[in-house]
Amino acid sequence: MRKGVRNWGPPLLLISPTIIILGIFVYGLIAVNIQVSMTNRHSLVPATEFVGIDNYIQLLTEDRFLHSLMNLAVFTVVFIAGTMVFGFIWAWMLDKGVGAEGIFRSVYLFPMAISFVASGVVWRWLLNSAEGDRASGLNRIFESLGLGFLQNSWWNEPIWGMAAIAMPAIWQLSGYIMALFLAGFRGIPEELREAARMDGASEWKLYRHVIFPQLSPVALSALIIVSHMSLKVFDLIMAITKSIYQTEVPATYMWVTLTSNDYAKSAAIATVLLILASVLIVPYLIHTARAEKSNR
Amino acid sequence: MTTTIEPGLEPRQNAGLDGGLSKRPSRQPRVGQTRRGRIGRTGKYALLILFVIVVMMPVYVLFVTSLKPPADVNPATSWGWPTRWPWEPVAEGGPTGFDNWTTAWTALSPALGRTFLLAIPAALISSFLGSMNGFVLSRWRFPHADLVFTFILFGMFIPYQAIMTPLVQMKTSFGLPSDISTLLIVHIIYGLPICTLIFRNYYVSIPAELMEASRVDGAGMLRTFASIVLPLSLPGFVVTIIWQFTSAWNDYLFALFLSDTAGGPVSLALNNLAQGAQLANYGAAMAGALIASLPTLLVYIILGKYFIGGLMSGSVKS
Amino acid sequence: MRKRMSLLVGAVAVSVALAGCAGGNAGSESTSDSGDENQVEVFTWWASGSEKVGLDALVEVFAEQYPDIEFVNAAVAGGAGSNAKAALASRLEADNPPDTFQAHAGAELSDYIAADQLQDLSAFYDENGLTDVFPESLIERLTVDGKIYSVPSNIHRANVTWVNSSVLDKAGIDPTKAPADMDAWIADLQKLKDSGVESPLALGTEWTQMQLLETVLLSDLGAEGYSGLWDGTTKWDSDGVKTAVDHYSQLLGFVNSDYTGLDWDAATQILIDGNAGYNVMGDWAEAAFVQAGLTYDTDYTTWPVPGTEGVFDFLADSFTLPVGAPHEAAAKDWLTTISSAEGQKAFNLAKGSIPARTDTDASEYPAYQQTAISSFANDTVVSSLAHGAAAPIAWSADISSAVGKFGSDKDSDSLIKALVAASDKAQG
Repeated sequence: MRKGVRNWGPPLLLISPTIIILGIFVYGLIAVNIQVSMTNRHSLVPATEFVGIDNYIQLLTEDRFLHSLMNLAVFTVVFIAGTMVFGFIWAWMLDKGVGAEGIFRSVYLFPMAISFVASGVVWRWLLNSAEGDRASGLNRIFESLGLGFLQNSWWNEPIWGMAAIAMPAIWQLSGYIMALFLAGFRGIPEELREAARMDGASEWKLYRHVIFPQLSPVALSALIIVSHMSLKVFDLIMAITKSIYQTEVPATYMWVTLTSNDYAKSAAIATVLLILASVLIVPYLIHTARAEKSNR
Repeated sequence: MTTTIEPGLEPRQNAGLDGGLSKRPSRQPRVGQTRRGRIGRTGKYALLILFVIVVMMPVYVLFVTSLKPPADVNPATSWGWPTRWPWEPVAEGGPTGFDNWTTAWTALSPALGRTFLLAIPAALISSFLGSMNGFVLSRWRFPHADLVFTFILFGMFIPYQAIMTPLVQMKTSFGLPSDISTLLIVHIIYGLPICTLIFRNYYVSIPAELMEASRVDGAGMLRTFASIVLPLSLPGFVVTIIWQFTSAWNDYLFALFLSDTAGGPVSLALNNLAQGAQLANYGAAMAGALIASLPTLLVYIILGKYFIGGLMSGSVKS
Repeated sequence: MRKRMSLLVGAVAVSVALAGCAGGNAGSESTSDSGDENQVEVFTWWASGSEKVGLDALVEVFAEQYPDIEFVNAAVAGGAGSNAKAALASRLEADNPPDTFQAHAGAELSDYIAADQLQDLSAFYDENGLTDVFPESLIERLTVDGKIYSVPSNIHRANVTWVNSSVLDKAGIDPTKAPADMDAWIADLQKLKDSGVESPLALGTEWTQMQLLETVLLSDLGAEGYSGLWDGTTKWDSDGVKTAVDHYSQLLGFVNSDYTGLDWDAATQILIDGNAGYNVMGDWAEAAFVQAGLTYDTDYTTWPVPGTEGVFDFLADSFTLPVGAPHEAAAKDWLTTISSAEGQKAFNLAKGSIPARTDTDASEYPAYQQTAISSFANDTVVSSLAHGAAAPIAWSADISSAVGKFGSDKDSDSLIKALVAASDKAQG
C-alpha cells in the first residue's frame, strides 16, 4: 500500500509544527528544568556548579517535603474516593430513570464550570474552624441542626486536615465523574441486561457479572483523570489557605521556593511531581495505545 | 489544580452530540407496581433533592453574602438573610449590598474584558490546529503515527510546574509582556494535546466512507480537510471551543506565573480582591466570585449539552 | 503541482498564524527603556487600599519637587508583595531593572546585594544628611558591610500588643498597665481565661504566628540577644531561645482554635468584637480599630509586647537603586523625595505608618502614631523577622514553615531543631 514519501510526507508535514512546538515547550522545557534542578542555583546569584542529584537527596530527606507528599497523599485518596463514590451513586440513581433527569444532571455538574479561585472564596468561609459561639460555615450548620458533635476544625486538623481541603474538590468534580459513569451505564447494551435477566440472574449478580465489568474502562479513565488532577492541586489551596505549612503540597511548596528565589530547589520539586505523574500516566498511555492497536 | 478536565482517552464509536447521555428508551413499567416501589421512588427523589441542596449550598452563601451590607458580612452569620436587603432604603445614605457588586465590578471589569480577549482566540486557534492534527492522526498512516500521538498526548498530563520555571525565564528573555498576549500563546500551545485528542477521537467515530470518497492521494489531503472534514467537524469544534474557553478562563497557575494584575486575566484580579493585603472585603469578594464565574456558567448553561458531550467524547469503549 | 502548492500554502498559513501571535506580542510590549531621560519607573506592590493612597500622595509631592520628571507607575499587585517579588526577580535577571523598586528594608535585600543587583547608597545618605535625621540604630540595621542599599519611606512597629480595655476591665485586669514580662502576661491570660474568655489571645495565620514568636524571642532574649540571632552571636539552641519557645508554646494555649485559617484582620476582628483580650500585631492594625469606630485609650489601648519595653521591633518599606537603572539621576530624585520631610509626611499620614526621620512634628499624627513616633526616636531599634528586616527570604521562609509545623504538632524540641537547622543553612 505504501507509496513512500508521497503518501506519508504530507500528513507528517501538516503535523510537524505541533510536534516541534510541543517538542520545545513540553520536552525541551522539561529538560531545562531538570538541568536547573541539578545546579546550585539557590538564590539570585547564577549557578556556579553542577551538583548532580544532591538537591533531590536533600529534598527526599527533608521533613517538610515529606510532609507535603503526605498531605498530597491524603488529599488524593479522599479526593478520588469522594468523587468516585458520589459520581457513581448519582449516575446510578439517574440511570434508573427519574423525571427531570436533565435538571439533576445539570445541577450536579455545574460546579465544574467554576474556577477554584472563585469557589475558594466561599469554601474558605464554609471550612472555617471556629466552634461554639463563634462557629460559622459548616460548623454553624451543624450547631443549628443539633449536630454539634460533627463540628471540627476542618483543615486545621494535623493529618486529616487535607481531607477537608479535598471537599471543595469533590464538590467540583463529582459531577464530572457522574457524567462519565452515566455514559458508561448508557453504553451497556440493553440486550446484555435482558439476557442476564432472562437467565434469572439476581440484581446483584447482574451488577457483578455484567455491569461492573462493562464499567471498568470508565472507572479506569476516571481514576487516571482524577488522580493526575490531584497531583497538580494548586489553585484550590492557594485560594483557601494560601501557602502555609499545614496544607502544603509539592505544588505550593514549589511556588514558595520559587518566590524565595531558590530556583534549583523549585525545579527539583517540580521534577518530582513530573515523575509522580509519569508513573501514573505512562503505563496508562502504553495500555491505551496497545488496546487501540489491537482494536484496529 | 487547574480546572482542566480531560475527556476520556479512548475513542467512542458513534458518540452522539451529547456523548451518549441520551436517556435509554424508557423501560416497560413493571407489572403491578408495589407500595414498596413507590416508597423507594420517593426515597430516591428525596435523596436526589438532598444532594441538590448540598451542591447548591456554596452558591447560596455566595449570593446571600454578596447582598449584605458590610456590617452584616461576618462568617458567623454567613447562613442568614441580610438584615437589610440592598433595595431597602437607607436613611443616612450608608453602604448597601449593591456596593459589593459595584466594588467588585470596578475591580474586575478591566480584567474581564482582557479575559474575553484571551479565552476566545485561545479557544478558536487551538481548536483549529487540533482539528488538523486530529484529522491527520485519525485518517492518515505514516511511520510511527501511534508514537507521535502518544508524544502529543503526554503533554496533556504533565504537571505544568515541571515547565514553569524555564517558561518564565524564556518569557523574560524574549521580553514578552506580563499580560494576556503571552498567556494566549501559552494556552494555545498547551491546549494542543487536548484538542488533538478530542478531534482525533471524534474523527475516528465518523464513518470512514464519509471521508474515504475524496481520499485520492496525499496532496489532496488539505483539500479533503477543507471541503469534506471541516464541514463535518462542527460538533468537535463546539466541544473543544467550550473546553478551551473554560480552561483559559479559569486558569490561575499560568496567570500567576506569567502575568500580573495590571495585564492579567480575571482569576488574578479576583484572587487579589479576595485576598488583598489590606482589610479584605468579603462581600465584594463573593460578588466578584459570581461575576467572574458568570461567563463560564453561561457557556455551560446554554451549551451544557455539548459540554457534557465533550467530556464524554469517547470515554467508553463500545 | 497545484496540489503541492495548496499544501505549501496551508503550511505557510499555519506558520504565519503562529508567527502572527508571537509578532503581535513583541510589538505590543510596553518598553520601559525608551530614550526619555525625564521619567522614573517606580516598581512597588502598592496597588490598593491605604498603600495606594500613600503612593498617590507621594507622587503628588514628587511632582511638586521635580515637575519635569514623569512618574511611571510599575505597581504589581497581589500576594502581599510575593507576586511583585517574583516579577522583579525575572526583570532583574533579564537586565531590565526598573529605575527604583520597593523592598522591605534590611536582610531581605541581601539576595539582591549578593547578586550585585543594587547600588551602594552611602554617598546619597551623606549628601542628603540622612545619617543625621534617621535614628542611629536604624542606620545600623540598614548597613551591610559598611554600605547602605536602600532608603526607607515608612516605618512600622511589630511588637505592639493591642488590648481590648472593656474585656480586661470585666476580668478585673487594669488594661493600661502592661505586664512586666512574659510570665506576668501569661498569668493575666490565665486570669482572663478563668473569667470566661474562651480565647484571650487572638492569633492568625502563619506569618502572624511568626510575628508573635519573634516578639517572645525579643522579650526573653532582650534586644541584643535577639539581634544576635541574625548574626550568629546568639545560638538558636541556647537556653534563652528554649525559654522563649516554652513561653510561645504556653501562649498558644490561650489562642482561638481557628487561628491557622485567619488572616491578621480576621484575628484583630476577634479582639474588636470583644471575644479576646489581646492581639499582637503590627501597627497597621490601627486602621481596623478606627474603621470599627473605637477610640484609642478608652475602647482599646496598646503597649509593647511584655518584656519589650524600650525596644522598637521595626519593619520598613524602602526604595533602592538597581545596577543599570535606565534613569539613574531621576531615580535619585525619587529617593530624595521619599526621604524628604514633606515626602515622608505625605506618605505616612496616608498609610498610617510613621516617618523614618526623627525631625518630625509628631502632633500632626493621630494618637497611636504619636506614641510610636516617640518610641522610635528613643528606643533601641531591632529588625522584624516576619517582615523581611531580620533574615533573608529563604531563611524566613524556613522559619515560617517551622512555626507552621509547630502550630499543628506543638513539639518544642522539633521546633528548636528546625530553627537551628534553618540558621545553619542560612549562615552555613
